[in-house]
Amino acid sequence: MSTELVYVVAASAVFGAGVYGLIVAVHVMRKLLALNVMSSAVFVAMLSVAGTAEEGPDPVAQALVLTGIVIAVAATAFALALLTRLVRETGRTSLQGGDDDGE
Amino acid sequence: MASDALAMLVFAPLIAALAVILAPTRATLPLAAVGIALPLPALWLATVAVLRGETIVVALAGFAPPLGIAWRADGFALTLAWLTFVVVAFISWHARSSFAVETDVGRRFWPLWLVLVASLYALFLSADLFNLYVTLELVTLAGVAMIAIGGKPAAMRAAMRYLLLGLMASLFYLLATALLYGQAGTLDLYQVGERMGDGALTVTALALMVTGLLVKSAIVPLHVWLPAAHGKAPGPVSAVLSALVVKVALYILIRLWFWVAAPLDVAAAALALGVLGAAAIVYGSIAAIAQTRLKMLVAYSTVAQLGYVMLLFPLASSAAFRAVTFHMLAHGVAKAAMFLAAANLLAALGSDRLQRLVGADQRFPVNVLAFALAGVSIMGLPPSGGFVAKWMLLEAAWQAEGWGWVAIVSLGSLLAAVYVFRVVALAYAQPRPAVSVRRPGTSPRGRFHATSLAALGLAVLAILLGIASAPVLTLIDLGLPPALVQP
Repeated sequence: MSTELVYVVAASAVFGAGVYGLIVAVHVMRKLLALNVMSSAVFVAMLSVAGTAEEGPDPVAQALVLTGIVIAVAATAFALALLTRLVRETGRTSLQGGDDDGE
Repeated sequence: MASDALAMLVFAPLIAALAVILAPTRATLPLAAVGIALPLPALWLATVAVLRGETIVVALAGFAPPLGIAWRADGFALTLAWLTFVVVAFISWHARSSFAVETDVGRRFWPLWLVLVASLYALFLSADLFNLYVTLELVTLAGVAMIAIGGKPAAMRAAMRYLLLGLMASLFYLLATALLYGQAGTLDLYQVGERMGDGALTVTALALMVTGLLVKSAIVPLHVWLPAAHGKAPGPVSAVLSALVVKVALYILIRLWFWVAAPLDVAAAALALGVLGAAAIVYGSIAAIAQTRLKMLVAYSTVAQLGYVMLLFPLASSAAFRAVTFHMLAHGVAKAAMFLAAANLLAALGSDRLQRLVGADQRFPVNVLAFALAGVSIMGLPPSGGFVAKWMLLEAAWQAEGWGWVAIVSLGSLLAAVYVFRVVALAYAQPRPAVSVRRPGTSPRGRFHATSLAALGLAVLAILLGIASAPVLTLIDLGLPPALVQP
C-alpha cells in the first residue's frame, strides 16, 4: 500500500464522516461543522497529492489548499451570518418544518 | 485586442461592484449601468474574433498556468456569455424599480448583483478545474445572499438549504479536482483528459464531480433545494437563478463530459444521466401541474426543463449538442421572462395563488402577455426559441434512433402545455362580478411600468430567438466539442 493511498483512504474516511454528519445533523450549526470536516478531508487529499512528487512538495497543490482554506473560511462566515439572521427571524436553529408561510 | 476585451467582461462588473459599495447612493445606478454595459463591446470583439476561427486564450497578468489563471473563450463559452449579458440587462432594468437604490434592500442588492454577473462571466471563461470551482462557489454564495436579501423567513430557510447543499456539492467537486490533479498533474480543462488515465481514482473523481454538479444543477432526484429557493426568492433573483445560475453547473458538466472525460468509455453512465433527465422532465412537469402558487409552478417548470439538457449525454452527437445549447439559451430567456412576469403579478395581486389570477388579463395585460409568450417558448410551440431547440433535439434523437428520448421530449412538451395553459386560462378567465374589485388601470403600477416591460422584452426575445436562430447556431457550432465533431 503506497503512502499516497493511505492519505487518500484517510481523506475518504473523514470526507464520508462529514457527509454523514451533514445528512444526520438537525441543528444547522452542526451541519456547518460537518461541512468544515469535509473541507479538511479535501485539504488532506490535496496535501497528499502535493507531497508525493520526488523533487519535493508541489507548490500548485499547496496553492490550491491555501485558496481552498480562504474560500472555506469565507463561506463558513457567510453561512454563520445567515444562520444568525435565520435564528433571529424564525427563532429556530433547524430547517425542518413546512415552508408555507401563507403569503 | 480580443484578449483584453475578455478581461473587461469580468473586471467591469467586478470593479463596479466594489465602487457601488464605496460610492454614495446616487452613484449606484450609473456605476451599475457601466458595469453591466461594458461587457457588450467586449463580447462583441471576442465574438468577432471567434467567428474568424480563433480561440481566445488569456493568461491573466502574464502568469502562465498552472500557478496563473487562464481564460479561454470558444463558441460555447461565448454563447452562454451572451445569454448572461442579455438576461442580466433586462433583469437589471426590472431591478431598478424592484430593488430601488433608495431602499435598504436595494443598497444591499446592487453590489451582490454585480458580483454575481462578474462571477458568471468568469466561470464561462475559466479554463481550469480549480478556477471553475472558485467561480462556481462565488456564483452560489452571491445567489444565496440574494435569495435571503428580503429577510422573509421562508426565503431564508430556502437560502440556507441551498447554501448547505451547494457547499456540499462544491466539496464533492473540489475533492474530485484534487484527485484528478494527482492523476493528471495538471488542472487545465483541455489537458486533464488525455493525462488522467482511466484508473480507479480517476473514475472515482469523475463520479464525485458529476454528483456534485448534479446537485448544483438540481437534476432529479437531487432537485429538492430548487423549488423553494427559486420560488421564494425576490422576482429578479428568481429570474437570474433559473435562467443562469442553475445552467452554470450544467455548463461545467458538459465541459467535463465532452472535453475532460472524452477519452473514457462513458456510455453506461451517459445512459444513466439521460434517464435522470427523463425523470426530471416527467417529475418536474407533473409537480408543476400540481402547484397552487404561480412562482412555485414556474420553479418546478425549471426542474423539468433542465432535464432536457441531460439528454445530451446519451445522444452524444453534434446535433444534440447544438440542440441542447440552444435549449439553454431559449429556456434562459423564456424562464427569466416568466419569473419576472410572475413576480409582477405577485406584487400587484399581493398573492401568487393561482385562483387569484382570474381576470388578471384585464388589469395586468402586459404581464399576462409576457407570461403567455414565454410559455409558448417553454412549451416549444413555433415560432419560438423553445420550438427550435426542441425540434433540433427531436431530430437528434430521431437520427440516433433513440425512440425513448423522442417520446420523452414530446411528452415533456405536452405536460408543459398543461401547466402553462392552466395559468393562461385562469388569467384570461372572466371574473365573477364579486371577484373583480379593481378596474383596469387602477393597479398600483401603471400598465407599461418598467417592470412589466422588462418581462415583456424578454418574452418577445424568447420568440424572436426562434425566428433569428441562424447567427446563434453559427456561434454554437464554433464551440462544438472536438470529441463530437469526429464521426
